[in-house]
Amino acid sequence: MPIDRAAVDHVARLARIALTEEERERMQAELSVILAHAERIAALDLDGVEPSAHAIELTDVMRPDEVGECLSRDEALANAPAVEDGRFAVPRIIEDA
Amino acid sequence: MSDAFETTIGLEIHVELATASKMFCSCPVAFGGEPNTRTCPVCLGLPGALPVPNRKAVEYTIRIGLALNCRIAERAGFHRKNYFYPDMPKNYQISQYDEPLCVRGHVDVPTEDGVLRVGITRVHLEEDTGKSVHVGGSGRIADSDRSLEDFNRAGTPLVEIVSEPDIHSAEQARAFVSELRAILASLGVSDVRMEEGSLRVDANVSVRPVGEGEHGAKVEVKNMNSIRSVGRALQYEEARQRDALRRGEMPTQETRHFDERTGRTSAMRTKEFAFDYRYFPEPDLVPLTPSRAWVEEIAARLPELPAARRARFAADYALPAADVAVLTASPEVARWFEEAVAAYGGEPKRIANWVTGDLFGLLNDAGVELTEAKVTPAGLAALVRLVDAGRISGKQAKGVLQAMFDSGAEPEAIVAERGLEQVSDEAALQGAVDEAIAANPDAADKVRAGNLNTIGFLVGQVMRRTGGRADPRVVNELLRRKLVP
Repeated sequence: MPIDRAAVDHVARLARIALTEEERERMQAELSVILAHAERIAALDLDGVEPSAHAIELTDVMRPDEVGECLSRDEALANAPAVEDGRFAVPRIIEDA
Repeated sequence: MSDAFETTIGLEIHVELATASKMFCSCPVAFGGEPNTRTCPVCLGLPGALPVPNRKAVEYTIRIGLALNCRIAERAGFHRKNYFYPDMPKNYQISQYDEPLCVRGHVDVPTEDGVLRVGITRVHLEEDTGKSVHVGGSGRIADSDRSLEDFNRAGTPLVEIVSEPDIHSAEQARAFVSELRAILASLGVSDVRMEEGSLRVDANVSVRPVGEGEHGAKVEVKNMNSIRSVGRALQYEEARQRDALRRGEMPTQETRHFDERTGRTSAMRTKEFAFDYRYFPEPDLVPLTPSRAWVEEIAARLPELPAARRARFAADYALPAADVAVLTASPEVARWFEEAVAAYGGEPKRIANWVTGDLFGLLNDAGVELTEAKVTPAGLAALVRLVDAGRISGKQAKGVLQAMFDSGAEPEAIVAERGLEQVSDEAALQGAVDEAIAANPDAADKVRAGNLNTIGFLVGQVMRRTGGRADPRVVNELLRRKLVP
């Protein structure tokens, strides 16, 4: 199932990625190839095979509930484009309706 | 269209777990504090940081599932829920999707019309977001010019409990949340403070004419910050949808925000809230397969739950339902009461009356929790014993309790210091009784003539002469002996 231009735009919008016209064309082609590959896998006879999201057979990796070191506030805020009152300052959240 | 309507409500409850550290990193969990002082690369979502689940949080989730009569999954997993919002630094929340830890349970909720069984669809584990402060405009999100983010809370273990749509009135919803909060408090897994956001309630409400098969439009109500708000918000929403249907309008499917001040709900702007979450398995986390042995061990350590405690209080202490409800509302209050009863050794109802009446009155006026009060269970028991022994009157005891509440002093010490002790020694009261009779010959004659109502007047005269310290029962007895043939 080749992916259409509207689907590329939708996915780009969901990921908040701005694409140029050239990139949209390339993505449309690449995503179609990826989907075709997924379809080939979906067509396999997998009766009796447990679904799996991991290639390794590891389960139940957990840590004890212990407190460790945190970053200092200055370190935490070091990459922030804008800081105000010790907080990350971000542009207004809701766009004009 | 028929004029009778029925309401269907399902609730989603978020509970912050009271673990020491966060869900996927070792930053401490706490309320408030200086912004951005409890973060690390994991909870800030910095590239390359790897989450590791907190075993205690998984255990607490299983504990909640067991208390809500759920089946504990043999295999559970985490998914990424993708959306962009500034309080979510990774741009996805690690949550559970098709493999939650606990499924299919129920809670039996005591209501005025008997027990209501509410189904629990699922209980799953996820992580909390950071907190936003909106700056500029009115300080609300809609007209602010920017927002400030504090990630201290980001990554706090958060349990989501989803109920079946088995609730049919605002009052039932309020009762359900109240019972659920009591259960969670008993389990010791959360602070369950709605005003601090450690327990958050969202509701899906739909109203339809009775007998119509289709549910009406589902309206989601958010921002109910107390159990009382749950009742108020849903009552308002129920009436709003009913009125719309009566006018022949169909309520729209939307998210509405409850305003504590006006008692109304209003529609939130939907544009930015229409998410497409694109859940996919969290590649950095492997499945959880809680062993049956672990689940059994957690089950064996479950504490007494509110329903069992209520039954025991009613049976062992012979208390009426109203007292039981108040005294078992939190495990702390229940424990305090039981300690006081044990220290007292007499009729439990006497302690119940003092706790639910005068003591709660003082706590409410001062805005103090029982556990923070200076009055101890042993102190209250000693006070009630002083009244029982006739050493102080019930009225004086109220004043002593106030002093105990203010200073934390023992009742004996307060009674001694204030010279309150009742005089019930007959010899000591004889003089005052004789004086009262001599000073009020007419009243004395009336009593002699058989008008016993007048004794009360003479008792009052003796009380005045003794500065209120005489034991009125003894005075009454002495007067009768003198005057009544």
